[in-house]
Amino acid sequence: MTVLAQALDAAVDTPRVDWLAIAPETVLFGAAVAIVLGRALARRRPLVDEASFLTALVGVVAAGVFTFVQWVVVDGDGPYQAIAGMVAVDGFAVFVRTVVLIATFLGLLLSAGYLRREGLEAPEYHALMLCSATGMMLMASANDLIVVFLALEILSIALYVLVAFDRRRVTSQEAGLKYFLLGSFSSAVLLYGIALVYGGTGTTNLTRIARFLAGTTLLEEGVLLTGLVLMLVGLGFKVAAAPFHMWAPDVYQGSPTPVVSFMGGATKAAAFAAILRVYAGAFELYRVDWRPAVWALAVLSLVVGSVAALVQTDVKRMLAYSSVAHAGYVLIGVQVGNEAGTTAALYYVMAYTLMVFGAFAVVTVVGRRGDRRHELADYRGLAGAQPVLAALLTLFLLAQAGVPLTGGFVAKLSVFDAAVDAGQYWLALVGMLAAAVSAFVYLRIVLAMYAPEDDGPAVAARPVRVDLAAAVALAIAAAGVLFLGLLPDVVLDFARDATQLLAAGGRAGA
Amino acid sequence: MDAHELLELAWLIPAFPAAGAVLLLLFGRRIGEPVAGWIATATIGASFLASVAAFVALLSLPEEERRVVSDGYTWLRAGGFAVDFRFLVDPLSVTMILFVTGVGTLIHLYSIGYMHGDPRFGRFFAYLNLFAASMLVLVLGSNFLLTFLGWEGVGLCSYLLISFWFERDSAAVAGKKAFVTNRVGDFGFMLAMFLIFWKLGSLDYAAMEGAGGLAQTTVTAIALLLFLGAVGKSAQIPLHIWLPDAMEGPTPVSALIHAATMVTAGVFLVARAHPFFEASGSAGTVVAWVGAATALLAATVAIVQNDIKRVLAYSTVSQLGYMFLAAGVGAYSAALFHMVTHAFFKALLFLGAGSVIHGLHDEQDMRRMGGLRRWMPITAGTFIVGWLAIAGIVPFAGFWSKDEILAQAWYRDDYGLWLVGALAALLTAFYMTRQVYLVFFGNERWREAAGGHDAAAGVAGDEPAEVAHPGAGAHSAAGAHGGPHEPHESPWTMTVPLGALAVLTVVGGFVNLPFVEQGLEFLGEWLHPVFEDVEVVHAPSFSTAFALSTAALVIGVGGILLGRAFYRAGLPSGGEDPVARRLGPVGRVLENAYYFDRGIARLVSGPLGAFARFLADGFDRGGVDRAVNGVAAGFRLGGEGLRRLQTGLVRNYALGIVLGAVALVGYVLARSL
Amino acid sequence: MLLNQFLLLGAVLFGTGVYGVLTRRHTVLVLMSIELMLAAVNINLVAFGAFSGSVAGQVFALFVLTIAAAEVGVGLAIVLLIFRNLHSSDLDDVDVLKG
Repeated sequence: MTVLAQALDAAVDTPRVDWLAIAPETVLFGAAVAIVLGRALARRRPLVDEASFLTALVGVVAAGVFTFVQWVVVDGDGPYQAIAGMVAVDGFAVFVRTVVLIATFLGLLLSAGYLRREGLEAPEYHALMLCSATGMMLMASANDLIVVFLALEILSIALYVLVAFDRRRVTSQEAGLKYFLLGSFSSAVLLYGIALVYGGTGTTNLTRIARFLAGTTLLEEGVLLTGLVLMLVGLGFKVAAAPFHMWAPDVYQGSPTPVVSFMGGATKAAAFAAILRVYAGAFELYRVDWRPAVWALAVLSLVVGSVAALVQTDVKRMLAYSSVAHAGYVLIGVQVGNEAGTTAALYYVMAYTLMVFGAFAVVTVVGRRGDRRHELADYRGLAGAQPVLAALLTLFLLAQAGVPLTGGFVAKLSVFDAAVDAGQYWLALVGMLAAAVSAFVYLRIVLAMYAPEDDGPAVAARPVRVDLAAAVALAIAAAGVLFLGLLPDVVLDFARDATQLLAAGGRAGA
Repeated sequence: MDAHELLELAWLIPAFPAAGAVLLLLFGRRIGEPVAGWIATATIGASFLASVAAFVALLSLPEEERRVVSDGYTWLRAGGFAVDFRFLVDPLSVTMILFVTGVGTLIHLYSIGYMHGDPRFGRFFAYLNLFAASMLVLVLGSNFLLTFLGWEGVGLCSYLLISFWFERDSAAVAGKKAFVTNRVGDFGFMLAMFLIFWKLGSLDYAAMEGAGGLAQTTVTAIALLLFLGAVGKSAQIPLHIWLPDAMEGPTPVSALIHAATMVTAGVFLVARAHPFFEASGSAGTVVAWVGAATALLAATVAIVQNDIKRVLAYSTVSQLGYMFLAAGVGAYSAALFHMVTHAFFKALLFLGAGSVIHGLHDEQDMRRMGGLRRWMPITAGTFIVGWLAIAGIVPFAGFWSKDEILAQAWYRDDYGLWLVGALAALLTAFYMTRQVYLVFFGNERWREAAGGHDAAAGVAGDEPAEVAHPGAGAHSAAGAHGGPHEPHESPWTMTVPLGALAVLTVVGGFVNLPFVEQGLEFLGEWLHPVFEDVEVVHAPSFSTAFALSTAALVIGVGGILLGRAFYRAGLPSGGEDPVARRLGPVGRVLENAYYFDRGIARLVSGPLGAFARFLADGFDRGGVDRAVNGVAAGFRLGGEGLRRLQTGLVRNYALGIVLGAVALVGYVLARSL
Repeated sequence: MLLNQFLLLGAVLFGTGVYGVLTRRHTVLVLMSIELMLAAVNINLVAFGAFSGSVAGQVFALFVLTIAAAEVGVGLAIVLLIFRNLHSSDLDDVDVLKG
């Protein structure tokens, strides 16, 4: 009876809904619903495809506008929390939302041609992508562990379907099944962690957790610490940090390539947003305890990601392993745990999103019907047949390798800089060594492209047609990578502001 | 427009070849031969003209104002960390850009002829342009990071160019080796940058003024780490192994990278960062002795090589050793002087070698050459000029610069360094004489090689270093069917650069004559603003200077006479060397060295041969090589291991998650106890 | 009743679920094991909620149930799709992607 009584008490207290706080998510999800409805009601298929594409784009742009409005509000009046402290509207959320929206926008542009080439249903695809993006956006502003979990599931369930979207290709389904099973498994682990943290602190609200920890000295920390670590496992899975990375190569290889180019960066951005908010934010006082765990994940990811990529022959797998290493670099920033570290991690996520999108976008475009021909050998002589595409891929790969004048360089530099400033010399050293090793991986692909064609029937020599939307997406990504490398201050300042506004948001609770 | 405004346009200098590279990378195939080559040559030529303009403009300024930082913007700002994207124009960088663009232009021009008919003609010139642009960024950067940017770019381009003919396995392997070795050096450079930023708060070159205020250990650490970078890039012991192998690249690449430009980047770095070396008591000594040791050991190896390009490669390693010797004792302008003259004569020698290889249809083995001066008069004449220069004969460029280095070592009471340097000079004169006689004089062994190519190839087959050029077989087959297999002089695009470089080699020494009172030490005067904080040592007396110069000349002539005594008549058929046998006991030592290809066992018995072999094979291939390969193999093994873990089974992946979670929980809980 | 007893029950159920995921080869059984893990967490959530006197635990449990239902829906759809292509629901047959 007590339970029921509590429930009744709570039911009286309906929170005020601040629509601006969740406007971007609402718009995105609304667009997804509209697409599904349109698909169900309309008859003429081609028209529906076009309309759903446009609806999705409009939805993303509208979400972007609302995000911008949020930024203006936050910049002017400071960060705040809404809907009973469930979501935080702060610079941090705006930054991560921007990253997610960029990835979604580019992903939509890239997919149009791919869906036509592979003969896949566009409306469903677009709706799922928007759903997933909704989850990611929500994750960026989640200020409650319940919302973290919900957002994670919203983004994941949509992604499971997207990964398995190609119904004719068994590898796509295999990737989908693996992603699904391991994803739900790790979600359960995350949930167990959340439950333990809830048990340890008596609340799921991050602000209240921080206040609780500041005001109480726990005699028995075991439950709380176990919960903290288990949450790290669940979130570490989403960012593909070793040793929870093993799904990544299989899923990246099997899933439709534009899906990878979308999720590669955006999922990492969302999951890292949660990690930063939970660990660097709410559990800042427990830094001594979680930093070693993150340290271990970072080192393992760097080593495993760069070493395992060396022996791969499939370009998508190579990039998948390298994404594991990239997670390691971001984790360096997380591990540092202070303002510089968070800024560096945010910047890295932004740069990585563009780099990984670009790389997989080129892979998408040069692939053949059936999403085939992603072996390294298939890239031989690409430069001869497709000089512009080869040059773009070179740019994105060099950026991932951390070559100066690209966003990747500044990203790595700021992460290392933060680590060295915090006295984490070993971490920076491991990072630099990993960067040196993984340079080979990227160089292997670049070299293959600039090699002359084999004697046999060179498929790469048959030029592929790049549709306008994909070309625009590639151009934006390339411009972004160069912009981040040449004028990094703009985004670095943005990330710094975002971090400071997060810190403020953590203290001034509702 | 006054001089300052003009110099602020310095960014144009690297921009020209960079633009050329972009153009050729995108459209090189469509532009095709030979226009692509001409475009590349024109862009680097434009940068040469711009460099000359920069030189004149800088000269017009009073001495104390000769340090102009060009327009630019702040590239990076993070915390207290700010890096400007600006170029620094001062006498040092102008000296570098002048010879980089000057020699670069000649080599571009030469490549048009040399690469004729290559299917990837346009790509080659794109790389060359990109390389030149990177090198210019390297020398013009106003801070360590910008220099590092160029440094990495140069490394990447060198990798691409060495393995340009990657269908040859050896070329691909050589490219990889160059890359790995350079990474080791780059790592040192990176750590040095971190230390500098940490201690000085800025990576700008202007901030190096604070070097004197740092702790001795810090400064020495920074200097030695920078030197590690220089050792990698400039192929000093023990990271020299990549340079001889890098000869797998097309010959113009060998000339551009491994003679004139890239390898000098290390010396440039030491000169640019000299405040650290000056502030450190011991770093300079290390630099000088590593340089001296490299100069001597590489010279001993060079005397037993049979590949025309490998001789020159070891010679480059050896000459770079001289430059570090000079930089180590603090004679920076002497180091730069030798760098300039070396760029002239080594580029000349390499291009000459390329011309010979070209004329002999891709033959690189000197034992199958001889008597070529009658067939390739221009090449022979210019090569001889280069030979006299490197051997140190008055009045060629090499004499003045090498003499300056040895003299500076003597003036600073480093007699040990002087002795090692003098010994290396003797060997240099000897092996270069051997090369000139084997190639251009004596009997015409290529006639038999053409007839009995199989037999000759069998001999060569014993030596792993000599992998036949893929074109060689095709060419000789064509020669056998299609007419007389005779050498021919190269086209004018190749001989004109040879002639120009020969002129520079003759007169290049006059930029810095050792007559201070008469005001003839132009280069030293010119560089003075850069090195004004460095103590300048002059000859204590005219007689000392004269005696040292005479000694150097005697050493050079001695080496030449010795070489001539051995090789005047060339070699008898089959590559046998009766001269060595006639010399009795000394001959046995040398014989073993020269029967390099006749098996390992006999070489071991001769001390010199064994030593040379130890360096060439035992140390390089056995030690450093194996270490490099071992590291690579280790990573591959690790990758394979991880690959086996990745079974594709969901269960195993879930197990990975569970084990990871358990380990993490255990770790964190154990720590909190 | 003590909180510990609920936690112990939750832990045992969770462990059983993990064991099932690690050992079962049939896809649907694995799916059920995952559901068992979620149910175990629900016990924890409700127990913590009841003992700490806040309603969040119970609300959270409801959310988890909903999500679990959605997950199962998507999961079974994927399993069916694979079954139609491979005629097998054995997880060990799904190992084309590896290395």
